[in-house]
Amino acid sequence: MTLLTVEDLTVTFPGRRGSVNAIENVSLSVEPGEILGMVGESGAGKSMTGAAIIGLIEPPGHIAGGRITLEGERIDTLPPEAMRRIRGRRIGAIFQDPLTSLNPVLTVGEQLIETIQTHLGLSRAAARERAIDWLRRVGIPAPEARIDTYPHQYSGGMRQRVVIALALCAEPRLVIADEPTTALDVSVQAQIIALLRRLARETGVAVILVTHDMGVIAETADRVAVMYAGRIVEVGPVARVLANPRHPYTEGLMASIPRIGPRPDRLAQIEGAMPRPHARPPGCAFAPRCPHRFAPCVERRPELRGTAAAAVACHLTTEVPA
Amino acid sequence: MLGFLIRRIIQSIFVMLAVALIAFMMFRFMGDPVNSMVAETATTEEREAVRERLGLDQPLWVQYGRFVARAAQGDFGLSWRNARPVSTLLAERFPATAELVLVAAGLSLLVGIPLGILTALKPGSLSAQTLQFVSLIGISLPTFVTGILLILVFSVWLNWLPSFGRGTVVDIGWWSTGFLTVSGLKALILPSVMLCLFQLTLIMRLVRAEMMEVLRTDYIKFARARGLPNRSIHFRHALKNTLIPVITIFGLQLGGLIAFAIITETVFQWPGMGALFIQAVSFGDVPVMAAYLVLVSLIFVVINTSVDLLYAVLDPRLRADAARAAH
Ligand SMILES: Nc1ncnc2c1ncn2[C@@H]1O[C@H](COP(=O)(O)OP(=O)(O)OP(=O)(O)O)[C@@H](O)[C@H]1O
Ligand SMILES: [Mg+2]
Repeated sequence: MTLLTVEDLTVTFPGRRGSVNAIENVSLSVEPGEILGMVGESGAGKSMTGAAIIGLIEPPGHIAGGRITLEGERIDTLPPEAMRRIRGRRIGAIFQDPLTSLNPVLTVGEQLIETIQTHLGLSRAAARERAIDWLRRVGIPAPEARIDTYPHQYSGGMRQRVVIALALCAEPRLVIADEPTTALDVSVQAQIIALLRRLARETGVAVILVTHDMGVIAETADRVAVMYAGRIVEVGPVARVLANPRHPYTEGLMASIPRIGPRPDRLAQIEGAMPRPHARPPGCAFAPRCPHRFAPCVERRPELRGTAAAAVACHLTTEVPA
Repeated sequence: MLGFLIRRIIQSIFVMLAVALIAFMMFRFMGDPVNSMVAETATTEEREAVRERLGLDQPLWVQYGRFVARAAQGDFGLSWRNARPVSTLLAERFPATAELVLVAAGLSLLVGIPLGILTALKPGSLSAQTLQFVSLIGISLPTFVTGILLILVFSVWLNWLPSFGRGTVVDIGWWSTGFLTVSGLKALILPSVMLCLFQLTLIMRLVRAEMMEVLRTDYIKFARARGLPNRSIHFRHALKNTLIPVITIFGLQLGGLIAFAIITETVFQWPGMGALFIQAVSFGDVPVMAAYLVLVSLIFVVINTSVDLLYAVLDPRLRADAARAAH
C-alpha cells in the first residue's frame, strides 16, 4: 500500500490584504521505504508541505482543501490529540538547525527517553537502553556516557545525529527531513546524508528529503519532486528527471547543478525571480521566466498530469505534440 | 563552581566594605558627635577627653577600620534615641519584616507564575486579556494607594481584617512569629498583599513574555513534531527555560521587597525594621540608620549571590562555563 498520499492540498494564510495560499493543489505520494527528494527555490512551499503533513501549520494558516492519507487513513481531519499520537510515532521530522532543535536544559537522554516512552510505552529502564542503542546507531561514540550530557556539549554534526535519533526512536514509517544539513559544515553534510541513507535502508523508513543540493538528490533520492511558487511542477524518478527534465523550470534547475552553492536561491540560468504568493500570475507561475512560453501559459494554469510516480505540470507537454 | 563561588564572595566583601564606608560617613555628616555627648559648658580639655575615649582623635581610616571590625561582629553601638544596643533593636524588629517579605515573595511567585503561564498559553482568551489589563493597573498604581484602598475595603467597610499591627505573636527563642496565631495570620494578609502586588504583576508579565518567546523556539517545535503531549511541552520543556531568567529578576526584586517594606510598614504600622528606620530618620538616630543600611545591603548581596549560584545550577550551559572558568 502507498504509505502517504497527498491530494490537491492547499494551505491558506488569512491576511490583512486577503488570504494567500502558501501552497496550492499539491499532490504527491510516498511509497514505503522510498526516499523522495524535494527541491525548489526558497519560498516555493517545501517546508509548508511538510508542516501540513505532520499537522503543525502555524495558525492562522490552515489546510483549505485537499486530503492527506497515511497508510490508507485520512489524517488531515484528525482531532489534535489523535494527530499528536501520529507525530513521532508514524511520521517523524528533522529540522534544519540542530543547534536550536534540542532543548538546552534537558539532557540528550531525557529527551530521547521521553520520546520513546511517550510512543512505545516502555519502562524507563528499557527506554534508556533503547536510547543508548539509538545513540550508537547514529554514530555517537561512548553513548552510555554521552546520554547524560547536555546538547551544548555536542558539536553541530553530533547534535544533528541526536536529532535524527530523536526523529527515528519511536520507529515512524515516514520521516520528513527539512534541509537536514543546510546549517552544518560542508565536511559534515555528507556524513549526515550518508547516515540518513543508511538508517533508511536499515529501518525501512521512507524519507521526504528537502534540500537545495541537487547533488544530494542525485545520490540519495529514488524520486524527486520539484516545487515552484507553491505547486509541484514535476515529479519523477531521479535518474530520469536529472537526465531528461520535462518542465522548463526543472531544466533550468538541472543546468545549475555544476554550480551547486549552498543555496541557489536565484538561478543563474533563469532570469527573474519566483513570484511572491500574493502576486502569482493567473496562468503558469513560471511563465514570466520561461524561455518556451506560449499563449496558453499566461491564460490557464497547467494541471499536474501523469501517474502518481511521475508527472509534470506544463502546457508544453500536453498541448504541443512531442 | 568553587572558583565561581570564591570570586563572588570576594566581590561581595568589597561591596560590603563600600557600604560600610557610606554608613561610616553618615556619622561625620551629622556633625561632631562630641557636641551631643558633653554638657554645653564643658571645657576644651573635657571635650578632648571624651574625644579620646571614643577614639575620635584617631586618623579617619583607623576609625573606619574599627567601625568595620565592630560591624562585622554585629556591634553598631547604642541607639542615640533610647541608648539600647542597635543590634538588639534590629533583632527585635527583624522577624516582623522577614515574615512580611517572605509571605509577599511567596505570594508573588505562587500567584504570578501560574497567571503568567495561563496568559501565555491562552493569549487571546478573555481571562488572559483581563489579567493583562488588571496587571497594568497593578504595575502603575503607587503601592501606598493600593495599601490605603485595601484598608478602606477590607478593614473599614467589610471589617474582615485588621488595618494595623501584627496581631498576636508567639516567641520562639528570640524570633517572634505571627504564623502561629489566627490574628497573626489575619494581620499578615493585607500588608503582604500590598507589598507583593507590584512584584506579582511584574513576575506574571515576565513569565508570560518569556514563555511566549520560548514557545516559539525550534526546540519546542521539534518537541511538538515528536508528538510529545502538551502537558510535557508546556511544563517540562518550556517552563524550565522560562523560569531561568525569571529567577534572576526575582532575586533582584526580593531586595526591592525589603526596601518597599518601609512603605508598607509605615502604612500598616507594622513593627518591622522599615518602621524602625523611618523613626531613626526622624530622630536623626545615626547608629540605627547605619546599621539598617549595612544589614539591608548584606541581605541584598547574599540574595544576589545565591541567585547567581541557583542560576548556574539550573542552566547546564552556565554550569559548564563556570566549571571551565574554575579550572
Ligand atoms: N506564517 C506565514 N504567514 C504567511 N505566509 C507564510 C507563512 N509561512 C510561510 N509562508 C509562505 O509560504 C510560502 C512557502 O514557504 P516555505 O517555508 O514552505 O518555503 P520553502 O520552500 O521551505 O523555502 P526555504 O527553502 O526558504 O525553506 C512562502 O511563500 C511563504 O511566504
Ligand atoms: Mg523551508
